[in-house]
Amino acid sequence: MTKSSIKIQGFVFKGLTIAASMVIVAMLAVIIGNVVINGYGKLSWEFFTKAPEQGMTAGGIFPAIFGTVALVLLMTIAVVPLGVLTAVYLHEYAKPDSKIARLVRVAVGNLAGVPSIVFGLFGLGFFIHFIGGGIDRVLLSGEVAWGQPAIIWAALTLAVLTLPVVIVSTEEALRGVPKEYREASYALGGTKWQTIRKIVLPYSVPGILTGSILAVSRGAGEVAPIMFTGAAYFLPYLPSKLNDQFMELGYHIFVMSTQSPDVEGTKPILYGTVLVLLVLTFVLNFLAILIRSKIRAAQRRAG
Amino acid sequence: MELGKDMHMTENQEELSLNLKSKENGNEERMAFPSDPKKQSNVERIKMSTENLSFYYGDILALKSVDLLIRENYITALIGPSGCGKSTFLRTLNRMNDIIPDTRVEGKVLLDGVDIYRENIDLSELRRRVGMVFQKSNPFPKSIFENVAYGLRISGLRDKTILEEKVEKALKDAALWDEIKDKLHVSALDLSGGQQQRVCIARALAIEPEVLLMDEPASALDPISTGKIEELIQDLKKRYTIVIVTHNMQQAARCSDYTGFFLLGELIEFNETSKIFTNPGDKRTEDYVRGRFG
Repeated sequence: MTKSSIKIQGFVFKGLTIAASMVIVAMLAVIIGNVVINGYGKLSWEFFTKAPEQGMTAGGIFPAIFGTVALVLLMTIAVVPLGVLTAVYLHEYAKPDSKIARLVRVAVGNLAGVPSIVFGLFGLGFFIHFIGGGIDRVLLSGEVAWGQPAIIWAALTLAVLTLPVVIVSTEEALRGVPKEYREASYALGGTKWQTIRKIVLPYSVPGILTGSILAVSRGAGEVAPIMFTGAAYFLPYLPSKLNDQFMELGYHIFVMSTQSPDVEGTKPILYGTVLVLLVLTFVLNFLAILIRSKIRAAQRRAG
Repeated sequence: MELGKDMHMTENQEELSLNLKSKENGNEERMAFPSDPKKQSNVERIKMSTENLSFYYGDILALKSVDLLIRENYITALIGPSGCGKSTFLRTLNRMNDIIPDTRVEGKVLLDGVDIYRENIDLSELRRRVGMVFQKSNPFPKSIFENVAYGLRISGLRDKTILEEKVEKALKDAALWDEIKDKLHVSALDLSGGQQQRVCIARALAIEPEVLLMDEPASALDPISTGKIEELIQDLKKRYTIVIVTHNMQQAARCSDYTGFFLLGELIEFNETSKIFTNPGDKRTEDYVRGRFG
C-alpha cells in the first residue's frame, strides 16, 4: 500500500465519522424545522385556551394541556418521595454489597429497561383491575368508581415508569455530598438521621430537583403507559376528581393522527400540538441541565 | 479539686461527675494552673487514656497496642511521618473511625475512666464531649451563624436568645467575632481559608466539649493564619484538653506540653514536649525530630 493511499483512507474514515455525526444533527433539524414551520402559525391565544371543536378540526388543546399538567403533577407527588426514599436507603443505609441493596439495584436497572407499553398493560392489570377493582368490590360493593381508567392510575403508572430516573439522579446527588460535611456533622454529635435530614438532603435538593424535572419531562412525553390507564379520546369536561379520565398532549397527538375521521382537517392542529409538546419537553430538559450545571459550579466553589 | 491529691484516680466515677458538675469553679481553678507541667505535676489529672489500643483497617494493622495518657488542660501533640497512624489514633478518641466500614478496634479508650468502646455508649454524647476539628476546613454550605449553631440545634437547643449568645461566645473564643460580627448570615464558604477553619473551631467549641481533637488544623493555611490558630490553641488550653496531630515539628514544639511520636502504627515515645525535642529517649525519635526522615 502506498503512502498516499493510506492518507486517503484516513481522510475517508474521518469523513465518515463526520457524516455520521451530521446525521443526528440533520434529523433534529428536520424534525424541529418541520414542526415549527407547520405548527407555528397555529399558535394563538385561542389554541391554548379552547377545547377541540368540530371533530378536532378547529378549536384548541386546552383540555390536553390541563390534563398533561395535572397528570405529571400527580405523578411527581407519587414518584419523588418514593424515589428519594429508595435512593436514601440504597446510599445511606444499605451496605453497598448487601443482598437487598443488590436486589433493589437490579430491580431499578430492569425497571428502566421495560418497554413503556408493558407499563401500560401493567397499570391496567395492577392499578385498575386489582387495586381499583378491589376498592370497588370491598368498599363500594361492586359499584364501578375506581376500577376504570382514571388520572390517578395513569399518574401512578407513569410514576413506576419514571422511578428509576428519580432514584438514579438522587443517588448521584447523595454521592456528591462531600464526606467532610458528614464527618463534621457526626463530630458535632449528629446522629445518622440528623445528618441525613440537616446536611445530606438539603445539599442534595438541586440534584433531586434535576431528577424530578427529568422524570416529568419523560413522563409528559409518554403515550403508551396512559392509553389503557386513563387518557381519553375526547372529554367535554376537565378532570376534577382523581378517578376522572383526562385528555393529554401526547395521546391527543396519537388520536388526531390515527383515529380522527378527518386526518387532513386535523393536520394544522396536530402540528401545533406537537410543537407545544416538544417545547414543553425541551424547556423541562433545559431547566434540568441548567440546575445541574449550577450545582456543579457551586460544588466546585465549595470544594 | 484539691492540690496534692492524687488526681490519677480516674476510676472514681462519682468524684468525676461531681467535678464535671462544678465546672464553673473548676474552670477558675484550672486557669490558675501554671503552664509548666514539671512544677505542678501533682495536680495533673488524666482526662483520657488508651490501653493496649490496636486498630485495623480490614486486615491491616494501623495501630499497634498504643498506651497513651492525655492530661487535662494540657496540649498533647502527636507527631510522626505520613501514614504513621497519628490521625487514626486521634479518630479513635471520639470514635470517628466508626463511620469507616470494615474497621476494628481492640483495647480500651478511657474518657474519665469510662471505656468509650464499651457497649451502649451514646455516640452523640461522646462526640459532644470530645469535639473535633479537621485538617481540611469543612464548614457546611450554610451561614456562619448556622454553622456554629449546628451542634447546639441538633442537641435540641431551640431558644433563639440562648443560641445567639452561645454562637457569639464560641466565635469570640475562636478569635473570629470581631472580624465577622457584621456578616453572621453570610455563607461560611465566602470566608478566607483561615477564617473558615476558625468557623470550624467555633463550631466545635459551641457545644462546649471537654476535649478538643485537632487533626492538622493549620496544615492547609498560610503562615499568618497558622499563627492565629496556634495562638488560639494556647488560649483554649485554659479551658479545654487539647490533642493535636501535626506534621509540623516546630508547631508541636511551640504549642504543646506533651508530645507523642508515632511510627508505623506504634507509639515510639511519649514525654514532655521539651524532652522529646531536646533529649529524646529513642534513636528513631531523635532522627525524626532532627529531620533525618519523614
